[in-house]
Amino acid sequence: MALDSGKPKFKYIGTRPNRPDGLDKVTGRARYGADISAPGMLHGAILRSPHAHAKILKIDASKALALKGVKAVVTRADFADGLSGEDWNIQENCMAGEKALYDGHAVAAVAATSALIARDAIKLIDVDYEPLPHVTDVDAAMAEGAPVIRDGAADYSVPEGLHPNVVRYFESGRGDLDEGFAKADLVLKRHYTTEAAHQGYIEPHACLAQLGADGKGELWCCTQGHWYVRQMCAAALGLEVSQLKVTPSEIGGGFGGKTTVFIDPVALALSRKAGGKPVKLVMSRSEVLRATGPTASASMDIKMGMTKDGKITAASGTYRMQGGAFPGAPVDETTVLAFANYNIEHVHHVGYDVMSNRPKQAAYRAPGAPMAAFGTESIIDEMATQLGLDPLEIRLKNAVKEGVRATYGPKFPAVGLIETLEAAQSHDNYAVPLGPNQGRGVASGFWLNWGGDTSASVAISEDGTVAVTVGTPDIGGSRASMALMAAEAFGIPYENVRVHIGDTASLGINEPTHGSRATYASGLAVIQSAKECIQKLSKRAAEAWGIDPDAVIWEDGFARPSGPNAGEFEPMSIAEIAGNMSSSGGPISGHFEASPETYGGSFGTHVVDVEVDPETGRTTVLRYLVVQDAGKAIHPSYVEGQFQGGAAQGIGWALNEEYIYGEDGRLQNPIFLDYRVPVASDLPMIDTVIVEVPNPGHPYGVRGVGETGITPPLPAIANAIAAATGVRFTKLPLTPPRVLAGIKAAKNA
Amino acid sequence: MKYHKPKTFEEAAQIAAGSNGVTRFLAGGTDVLVQLRSDVVTPDDLIDIKGIDGTKAITKRGDGGWDLGVAVSGAEMMEHAELKRDWPGLVEGMDLIGSTQVQGRATLVGNLCNGSPAADSVPGMIAAGCTVSITGASGTRNVPVEEIPVGPGRTALTKGDVISAVHIPPRGARGGDAYLRFIPRTEMDIAVVGCAVNLRLDGDEISEARVVLGAVAPTVVLVEDAAKAIIGTALDDGALDALGATATAACNPIDDKRGTIEFRRDVAAVLAKRAAKIAYSRAKGGQQ
Ligand SMILES: Cc1cc2nc3c(=O)[nH]c(=O)nc-3n(C[C@H](O)[C@H](O)[C@H](O)COP(=O)(O)OP(=O)(O)OC[C@H]3O[C@@H](n4cnc5c(N)ncnc54)[C@H](O)[C@@H]3O)c2cc1C
Repeated sequence: MALDSGKPKFKYIGTRPNRPDGLDKVTGRARYGADISAPGMLHGAILRSPHAHAKILKIDASKALALKGVKAVVTRADFADGLSGEDWNIQENCMAGEKALYDGHAVAAVAATSALIARDAIKLIDVDYEPLPHVTDVDAAMAEGAPVIRDGAADYSVPEGLHPNVVRYFESGRGDLDEGFAKADLVLKRHYTTEAAHQGYIEPHACLAQLGADGKGELWCCTQGHWYVRQMCAAALGLEVSQLKVTPSEIGGGFGGKTTVFIDPVALALSRKAGGKPVKLVMSRSEVLRATGPTASASMDIKMGMTKDGKITAASGTYRMQGGAFPGAPVDETTVLAFANYNIEHVHHVGYDVMSNRPKQAAYRAPGAPMAAFGTESIIDEMATQLGLDPLEIRLKNAVKEGVRATYGPKFPAVGLIETLEAAQSHDNYAVPLGPNQGRGVASGFWLNWGGDTSASVAISEDGTVAVTVGTPDIGGSRASMALMAAEAFGIPYENVRVHIGDTASLGINEPTHGSRATYASGLAVIQSAKECIQKLSKRAAEAWGIDPDAVIWEDGFARPSGPNAGEFEPMSIAEIAGNMSSSGGPISGHFEASPETYGGSFGTHVVDVEVDPETGRTTVLRYLVVQDAGKAIHPSYVEGQFQGGAAQGIGWALNEEYIYGEDGRLQNPIFLDYRVPVASDLPMIDTVIVEVPNPGHPYGVRGVGETGITPPLPAIANAIAAATGVRFTKLPLTPPRVLAGIKAAKNA
Repeated sequence: MKYHKPKTFEEAAQIAAGSNGVTRFLAGGTDVLVQLRSDVVTPDDLIDIKGIDGTKAITKRGDGGWDLGVAVSGAEMMEHAELKRDWPGLVEGMDLIGSTQVQGRATLVGNLCNGSPAADSVPGMIAAGCTVSITGASGTRNVPVEEIPVGPGRTALTKGDVISAVHIPPRGARGGDAYLRFIPRTEMDIAVVGCAVNLRLDGDEISEARVVLGAVAPTVVLVEDAAKAIIGTALDDGALDALGATATAACNPIDDKRGTIEFRRDVAAVLAKRAAKIAYSRAKGGQQ
C-alpha cells in the first residue's frame, strides 16, 4: 500500500470502530494508578515545604516513628549520592536536599499501615527551616539582586554578566534584521506575557512500589512512559536499571506532565526502608498543583515588520521562560517555533531559561509553542487590523510550504499550513455574521512532532488472531489506532487484533507517549512488525506448497500464489497457517526496533467567535473551529478528540488558568475551585476539519496530531477578544477583572 | 471523632453543649465532609440532624408563607413547583450551588452556617426576609437570617445552638425576587459577587425592596441605601444608576485570587441593576 501508487485505498484505516479499552473504562473495570494494590501493602504520605525557599537545618522524625503503624520515614539521605545533570534535578525535585526550593517541595515521607496514619504521621515530623528570600516572577528572577536559586546551575551557553538564575541561553536567526525592518511599511513592537498553566489531568499521580534490599524491585504506576520512569527511579535510588520492572496502569490524562517522576522514587525508597513491603502513594489534587510540573511561564518582546500588502519583512523575539527551581524551561522549542509558520527572510530569536522558586516545569502539550504563538499570532493580527487586511489572507501570503527553508533551518517537506488556512476560509463558521460585543479571532500553530526510541512486537496466535505489544501507554485511543493499522497490514478484521501495553521487561526501550509520537512511531513499528510476520506466514505457505517464497503474495489475510506461473493452490488463510505453526517451524512473530526520524510536523488553524460582556469583562466562547493536518487520520474520531482537547486546554490557558503566587511565595490556588480549568458547559461543541496532507515518512501517511491543537488557542482567543472589545490584550490569562480593567482604561483614555 | 444521630433538636443541642471539642452538625455534609477529608476541620463530635422528624418537610403555612426543614436539599426545592413560583430568586440561589450530585445533599442552613461571605443561597434568603428557628439551651427563638453571619466562617450561633427550621414569609401580591452571581466560568465556581433583590410593586412603582450583596464584604450585606434608591421609582435609568452607585458604595471587598477590589465594586453595581430588572419583571408577572 505504498503512497507512490497514487492515493492509497484503505479498508480499515479511516473507519471509526469503538475503542478496545472503552468497555473497561466506562464500566470501571480499567485499573488506574490508585487501583493497584498488593497484600501487606503500606500507604505513603509526603511532607511538603510550606516555604518558597528555605534552608533545611534539621529533620526530626522521632515522634512520627513512635506512632503506632508507622513503618518507615525517608528523607534525602535515603536516596543515592553523587548524581549529576538531569538525574540530580529529578532526584532533588522528588525529595529536597539542603534547601526547599518552592512551596510544596517534598522534604520527607512516611509509610504506615493506613493512609490516615501516614497522614497523621507526617504532621509529627519536625523540620527546622531557615527561610530565605524568594522570587516567583521571571523578570524579577533575572534582575540584579534577585535571590539565587542555585549557584553554578547555568550551562556553557549563558554569556557572562547574566544573573545566575539564567541557566541556559539560546540564540538563532538568519538574514539582516535592519535590512528587513527597513523594507517594512509598518513595524510593531509588543511585550507579551503568559502564565504557568497546569496540564490538569483528572487522574492524580499514583503508584504502588516494591523494592527489596537486594536491589530488585517492581513498580506499577500511572505514567506516559515507563522506561523513562525506570531509568529515573534507578538513578535516584542507585539501582541497576534491569532490576526494576515498571508496569504502567491505565492513565487518566498526562498531556506531558506524566513523562517524568514525582512520587515513584519516594515510594520505592519507602518500600526499601520498610523491609521490602509494597507501598502505595497517591497524590491529592493540591499536591498535584503545588508539586508537579505546570508548564513554564513566559515574558516576551516581539518585533515585526510588514509591507502594506501584508508581507512579513522581518521578525525578532526575545523569550524569557520561567521553568521553576530547575533548568529545563522549553526555551529552545519556543524560539525555534516562534516564526516557523512563515516564510521570513530576516529573523532572529533569543531565549533565556530562568530559574525561580516555583515547581519544576514539566512538558505540557507542544511545550513552549503556545507561548511563542501567542506573541507571533497576536502581533500579526494587530498588524492585519492596522493595515485593514483579512487575517487568513495575511497568513496565506506568508505561509510556508514544501521546499521553503524554515526559520529554524531545514527545508520543509510536504506540509499542510496552506491547506488548513484555505479550509478555514471556506468553512461556514468564517462567514457567520457577528452581533454587538462579538468578535472573531484567527490563529495558526505548528508542532514539529517526534519519533524517538520505539520497540514493538506482533505475535500470531494459534487461531490466526494477532497480539500486538507496544511500549507507549494508551492515552488518547492509541490501542484503537494500533489495531486498525495492524488490521490493515494483515488484512484481517479489527476485532481480531488485541493491543497490549508491554511492561519494561517485555520490549526494548521505548520513549513515552509524548511528542505526538505514539500513532506515528509505535504505529510504524506495528506495521513493520506485521510485515515481518506476513513474510514468515507467506514463507510457511510457500513451504507447504513447495514453491519459492517470492512467488507468494499476501492479500486480505490470505497467502496466495502470485500468479499462474507460481502454481495453482487454494489460498491459505492466516488462521490455517497459524493452526499449523507448531509443526511447520514454530512460533511466528515480528519485531521492530528503531528511532524513526521521518515524523512529519502538523500545522493547524483555529477560528473562534467570542462575546464579551462589556460590563463584567466576561468572555463567552460562541463557536470554535479547529482545522489541522493529520497526514492520515487512522481513527478520525480520536483525531477529532485530540483537536478538541487541545483547543479546550488552550481556551482555559487563555481565559482563566494561571498559577497565582502570594507575596509569601506560596501558591494561592492549589485546588480546581480556584485553578479554573474550563468545565464542559463553558465550551461550545468544538467543530473540527481534518486536513490530510500525507506524511511521506509513514507507510500510511500519519502525522502526530496530539499537540498542535493547543498552540493556536491562546492568540486566537486574544484576537477574538480584541475584535469584540477594540482593546488589545497582551497579558494572559484574559480573566474578567483584567478584561474589564482594559475596557475601562480604553474608555477613559 | 464521635458520630451522633439524635432524634430531637433538644437532644442535638444538648450533645453540642456538652462537647469538649469541635462540633459540627451534619446536614448535607457538602461542606463538613469535604473539610474533613481535606484536613481542614476534623470535628470531635459530628451531630447528624437528618434523623430528626420533619427535617425533610416543605410546608405551606396558613398565612401563605413557607416552613422548610433543615435537611431539605437544593434539588427538593427545585422540584417544588409552588415554592419556586413564589420565590424564584431564593430557589435559584440555592440551585446555583454545586453540581447535580451536590444538589442532592446541600441545604440552605448548611450554606448559611458554613459562614462563607460568598454563600449563594444567603442573599436570597435575606432579601426574602427569611428567619430561622434556633434551638438552644434556653429554648427556641426566631432570628432574622441577616443576623446569623458575623464574619468569614463565623456565625452568631453559640455553643449548643442548632437551627431547627427556616421560615419564608408569604409572597403576597405583586412581588418578585431574583439572585445573580458573577463567576468566571459557568459552573462549579465560587461567587466573586452575588446580588439578590426582592421587591413589591404598587402600580408601576416599587413600594418595598430589599437588596443584598454577597462576596463583597466579610459577611453577606443587606444594603438599605440600595433599597431606598429604588423604592418609589419605576426602576427608570436614574433609579438604576442610583442603585448601582449604592451597591458599589456598600462594598468592602478584598483583592484576592478571585477578583480585585475594583472589579467587585463595579460588578456589584452591574448585578444589582440586572437582578433588580428581573425582580421587577417578575413582580409584574413576567416569567423571566
Ligand atoms: C463541589 C461543590 C460545589 C459547591 N458549590 C457551591 C456554590 O456554588 N455556592 C455555594 O454557596 N456553596 C457551594 N458549595 C458549598 C456547599 O455545598 C454549600 O455551602 C451547602 O449549602 C452546604 O450545605 P450542607 O447541607 O451540605 O452543609 P453541611 O456540610 O452539612 O454543613 C455546613 C455547616 O453548617 C453547619 N450546620 C449544618 N446544619 C446546621 C444546623 N441545623 N444548625 C446549625 N449549624 C448547622 C455545620 O456544622 C457546618 O458548619 C459547594 C460544595 C461542593 C463540594
